[in-house]
Amino acid sequence: MGSIVAGVLSLQGAFEEHVNKLKECGISAVEVRFPEQLEKIDGLIIPGGESTTINKLLEKYKFKDNLDKFNRKHKPIFGTCAGLILLAKNIEGEDKGLGYIDIEVRRNAYGRQADSFEEPLDLSLDRGENGGKFESVFIRAPKIISAGKGVAILARYNEDMVLARENNVMVCAFHPELTDDLRIHKYFINMMKNYKGEN
Amino acid sequence: MEKGTLKIKSGLARMLKGGVIMDVTSVEQAKIAEEAGAVSVMALERIPADIRATGGVARMTDPEIISKIMEAVSIPVMAKARIGHFAEAQILESIGIDYIDESEVLTPADEKYHINKWNFKVPFVCGATNLGEALRRIGEGAAMIRTKGEAGTGDVIEAVKHMRSIKDEIVKVASLPGEELMTISKEMGAPYDLVVYVHENKNLPVVNFSAGGISTPADAAMIMQLGADGIFVGSGIFKSENPSKMAQAIVEATTHYNNPEVLARVSRGLGNPMRGTAVSALSKEEVISNRGW
Repeated sequence: MGSIVAGVLSLQGAFEEHVNKLKECGISAVEVRFPEQLEKIDGLIIPGGESTTINKLLEKYKFKDNLDKFNRKHKPIFGTCAGLILLAKNIEGEDKGLGYIDIEVRRNAYGRQADSFEEPLDLSLDRGENGGKFESVFIRAPKIISAGKGVAILARYNEDMVLARENNVMVCAFHPELTDDLRIHKYFINMMKNYKGEN
Repeated sequence: MEKGTLKIKSGLARMLKGGVIMDVTSVEQAKIAEEAGAVSVMALERIPADIRATGGVARMTDPEIISKIMEAVSIPVMAKARIGHFAEAQILESIGIDYIDESEVLTPADEKYHINKWNFKVPFVCGATNLGEALRRIGEGAAMIRTKGEAGTGDVIEAVKHMRSIKDEIVKVASLPGEELMTISKEMGAPYDLVVYVHENKNLPVVNFSAGGISTPADAAMIMQLGADGIFVGSGIFKSENPSKMAQAIVEATTHYNNPEVLARVSRGLGNPMRGTAVSALSKEEVISNRGW
């Protein structure tokens, strides 16, 4: 088994922050700007940013087919905030998303910037470190309004599902890349290691 | 649950990184900008080139215009308040604006003081021409910096100068021995703790976009290569011959700023960029980047 190479979709948004977190965990990370690059990575993070902007650039640079192929191989994908929106099966009131995780989402569900907030949350990762609160930053965050049976909920804010996983796809409504806590990134790195070990 | 913390305020600016924030004066323009891939729009009554041309006192935009733009798009909306005009900022906060630009493009309201931005839950972006000015604004609570450039000219020279100046000074502060930091803090007029932050992190504690004079995809690529986190385009889009095409091209250029092949492709057949005015042809009174204290 060679060493893991993670990719961070770098069309727009907080991609540099994710790259830095992966490097802190000792993982090599590449910025992905073209669909062909997907073939060379073991897992992909779709960062926070403006989902409309990222989506337009995904379309313009014809990412869809390569992303579908990536997902069909069950390679791990992790979407934060805008990334969560893009990965969802349904986006309320809009066209369908990429549809890699069986959830429906509502954009800007908590309100405008003035309503953005920080909240310590409990994690229930099915392996890895759960101990202690995770400082979570919600910025114009989306909300998962429904999830299919196959979706595991790894963290909640009140009743809302804010960290979820279905098979190879994990999504997060808040921003682990803006805090010093590496637990969620380490969990994703484990997903990549397991994939690489099995394939 | 905590709201309005620096992490939340500066966090939104981090989500805008690698993106283009566009000046718009109507719902129609806001939709063109969103459709072209803008990460945010700046709602204005007049774009900087027209503020320059018509003169008079430039003030906060009518909240009616801003609210209509906020309703029309799903991306975050920014608006400008005059330097020091905390009442304009209070009004903008109360209508739920996502970001306030305390801007030298408007006529300053206070000749000595900027707004105390810690008093607000809404985040602020402020202009800067050098590191000391950037750190003074962050000390006052700004959660995002933009280099000023020279707004409304279509001439990128000042944007380049200000970005280079901030980057050079960061390198310098990072390389100084610890005992020199207090003296440099005094010389730059910058808060000591923020000088120490720059020394330790080799960066500003908030994102730094570039503004003022960017009007082509090549301008965007140049300023991104110089180290901008993203860009503001004011007059460059809606004063060009084909705003929608120009807007899309600048968005792509900001993503692929390091890729000359993409830059060449998106630069083709855009029509005329804004005509503009060379900064060197401006009289001293016409220069606005020296507003701010």
